[in-house]
Amino acid sequence: MEPIDISLIDWSRAQFALTAMYHWLFVPLTLGLGLIMCIMESIYVRTGKELWKSTTRFWMKLFGVNFAMGVATGIILEFEFGTNWSNYSWFVGDIFGAPLAVEGIVAFFLEATFIALMFFGWEKLGKGTHLLSTWMTVLGATFSAWWILVANSWMQYPVGMDFNPETARCEMTSFAAVALSPVAVTKFLHTVTSSWVLGAVFVVGVSAWYLLRGRHMEFAHRSIRVAAFFGLAAALLTAATGHQSGVDIARHQPMKLAAAEGLYEGGQGVGLIGLGFLKPGINWANPEQDPFLWKLEIPCGLSILATNTMEGFVPGIKNILEGGYVGEDGLPELSIEKKMEMGGRAIEALAAAQGGKDASAAHALRENFTYFGYGYLKEPSDLIPPVATTFYSFRVMVILGGYFIALFAGLLLVGRRLDRWKPVLLAVLLSIPLAYIASEAGWLVAEVGRQPWAIQNLLPNCAAVSKLPVGSVQTTFWIFAVLFTTLLVAELCIMTRAIADGPEKECA
Amino acid sequence: MDYTFFQEYWWFLVSLLGALFVFLMFVQGGQTLVGTLGRTEQQRRMLLLATGRKWEITFTTLVTFGGAFFASFPLFYSTSFGGAYWVWMLILLCFVIQAVSYEFQLKRANLLGVGCYRTFLFLNGLLGPLLVGTAVGTLFFGAEFIVDKQAIALPGEPPVISRWATPWHGLEAVLDIRNVLLGLAVLMLARCLAHLYFLNRIEDDEVRARSLRLLPWEIALFLIFFLSFLGAWCTADGFVVGQGGAVEIKSMRHLHDLLSMPLAMGLLVVGVLLVLIGLLTPLVKRDNRNGIWTAGIGSVLAVWALLLTAGWNGGIYYPSLADPDSSLTLANSCSSMYTLKVMSCVSLLIPFVLAYIVWAWHALERTPIQPSEAEDSH
Repeated sequence: MEPIDISLIDWSRAQFALTAMYHWLFVPLTLGLGLIMCIMESIYVRTGKELWKSTTRFWMKLFGVNFAMGVATGIILEFEFGTNWSNYSWFVGDIFGAPLAVEGIVAFFLEATFIALMFFGWEKLGKGTHLLSTWMTVLGATFSAWWILVANSWMQYPVGMDFNPETARCEMTSFAAVALSPVAVTKFLHTVTSSWVLGAVFVVGVSAWYLLRGRHMEFAHRSIRVAAFFGLAAALLTAATGHQSGVDIARHQPMKLAAAEGLYEGGQGVGLIGLGFLKPGINWANPEQDPFLWKLEIPCGLSILATNTMEGFVPGIKNILEGGYVGEDGLPELSIEKKMEMGGRAIEALAAAQGGKDASAAHALRENFTYFGYGYLKEPSDLIPPVATTFYSFRVMVILGGYFIALFAGLLLVGRRLDRWKPVLLAVLLSIPLAYIASEAGWLVAEVGRQPWAIQNLLPNCAAVSKLPVGSVQTTFWIFAVLFTTLLVAELCIMTRAIADGPEKECA
Repeated sequence: MDYTFFQEYWWFLVSLLGALFVFLMFVQGGQTLVGTLGRTEQQRRMLLLATGRKWEITFTTLVTFGGAFFASFPLFYSTSFGGAYWVWMLILLCFVIQAVSYEFQLKRANLLGVGCYRTFLFLNGLLGPLLVGTAVGTLFFGAEFIVDKQAIALPGEPPVISRWATPWHGLEAVLDIRNVLLGLAVLMLARCLAHLYFLNRIEDDEVRARSLRLLPWEIALFLIFFLSFLGAWCTADGFVVGQGGAVEIKSMRHLHDLLSMPLAMGLLVVGVLLVLIGLLTPLVKRDNRNGIWTAGIGSVLAVWALLLTAGWNGGIYYPSLADPDSSLTLANSCSSMYTLKVMSCVSLLIPFVLAYIVWAWHALERTPIQPSEAEDSH
């Protein structure tokens, strides 16, 4: 059989990354702006004031443009698991497919049905029914996020399953363990609350532009008031869930944490890097030299984050590859060479165990299955994710998260005096792209940091990919790149024009 | 309830989703008719408003169909999507360009212009049903793939469980005229249903008159393609799993399957009759607006019956022309008993989903679309 071309894996990853990152430009605004819209329409229904109706309709118009792009970019992602990762689809389809199907049945239909009522129903439905439609649309989008994040979390922390040698795949043994895994719960809360932050930044940013231009002042102040309260609460929740997410990573994906911290040589009482610049070309096997050109460190911060103690041991990249330290389960961690050897043994045992004829092979498979995926790796260094990307993305996400807390708190403190301070208004407006950068950076940490795994410890990307001609994947990559970029530019043009037109047109 | 029951239950549901999707592609059919039926901008806006309120349900049904197939028959998902790469990618691209076009077309500063977005809608309307129908044809007439689950444990090299045996990666399906006939039949059915939908929804005498003038020709084309497909389907040799588990060729397999499954036979006959009644209703009673419901229900039943015969009866629902023993059956491609059971519990929500869809449809469509609504459409 012909070997898999390495560039096929890279192009398949690039295509998935491209489509996922485009999709994620639109989803957080749907979730965040959607909830703000719900709050505003609820105020309208409660108070009966028409100005709240016009405010809601204005934001709903922008929501609609953004939502369409989310739908367009989302469909590709679901089917790419089959088109580009066909081994993966069989190997874990028994578990991974279920959340996608539930998402379709429970969430997508809710969204698709009520969004039509939300947009076309202003004159056809009563106030209460229309409000219900708006809430149902946003609830559908949030349910959708839940199920797709359950699926993603399972890839990072596979639970509730067993391997069946007869079918050569992982099979679900507990739906509750998959759907309510602690990693999934944390990931959902962190992702959704961070999306609320992005929605709030978008609303305060657009409103700041009106204040800068001296237009729609009442509308802008009203929108900022709602979005700043909402945004501050969301940003604080994001910080809290982000901390829990860090704890989960320390427990289940220590290599990701080491990469995110640029930690080559671990130890006790390890500091958390607040800011820093990595030296290029660090060799993991010889990290005696300080891997940083410059750094600002919080003493013992990483140990506290990972172990809840100041002196707790946190493994670095070298420690993880060489093993020997005491792991989460209290036992000495194996070296990567040993894990690769056991993985190779598991794969050999699977070949012998298929057909159920060789009982000792079945036993050997069970013994070594924990490290099954390591058997496909060629070198220990294959296990190291891109350190610089993970490290800098993590800093960008955290620093911007802190900035948003300050931004919302500041806006609430300043109140209506805000329109006097033009530089501040400009800064608020320029915060919109920062929210997107923070959001994408979060996903870079999550996904780049877990390389080379499609399924943590069980299936590396090289064993998950579809056998396709590289040229086909390159072609579809460029088709999506050109199409999505064109549509993104179109969306931005429509949004900017709608914002320039202002909310009055919506009152008509 | 044993493993076989759950496999067949999920084939029943996936087939139903597929059948609903074929019916809902009246949206796509409608998109190909906008330029023909709408001579003025107002008429075109009315037509697009009518389909624009429904496109998301069609889209969502496609996505749910994909998710349900993945969850219940992951080996199909892995084999067909990963192998017939170009067919599925083209289908997906058709739906990507649709998803933005309704929202963007009438917006100011939309970069590409209203004509471009309407061309996107036309392309989606034309290619969507044609490609979906052609791809579904391979469920009956076979595709060029090889499956080897043991490959995951081959030493030394990364595993390849499913492989495509031609370099065309699915495009070769068009070389089998029977697949294309099904594609054309689905396209013409979508256009016929769209006529009936517009007759139900649009309050414009000119549009109605044009639709009624065009409908007989569309019906004739649909019948030519559908009956040709049905004839080829009934007389085609097919793969079956023989006594010893080996795959064998059986003459007129689908006809035999149909005759041995009274439920599927009944659904197909009733479905085809309802489609014909629904299509002919407005030609006989020109003021009758209910043809869409009769033909819609009929099309769901007929497509459902055809898909059921592919998977039920212990049959092979995805035959491999490259290696018959690689052919997919419900048993060798499905999820585990546990997963199917769990998913079956989730499927109990489907009646609630259908209930609120019906309620929402009714709430939004109490009266036909008036010209004034087209002027307000965003």
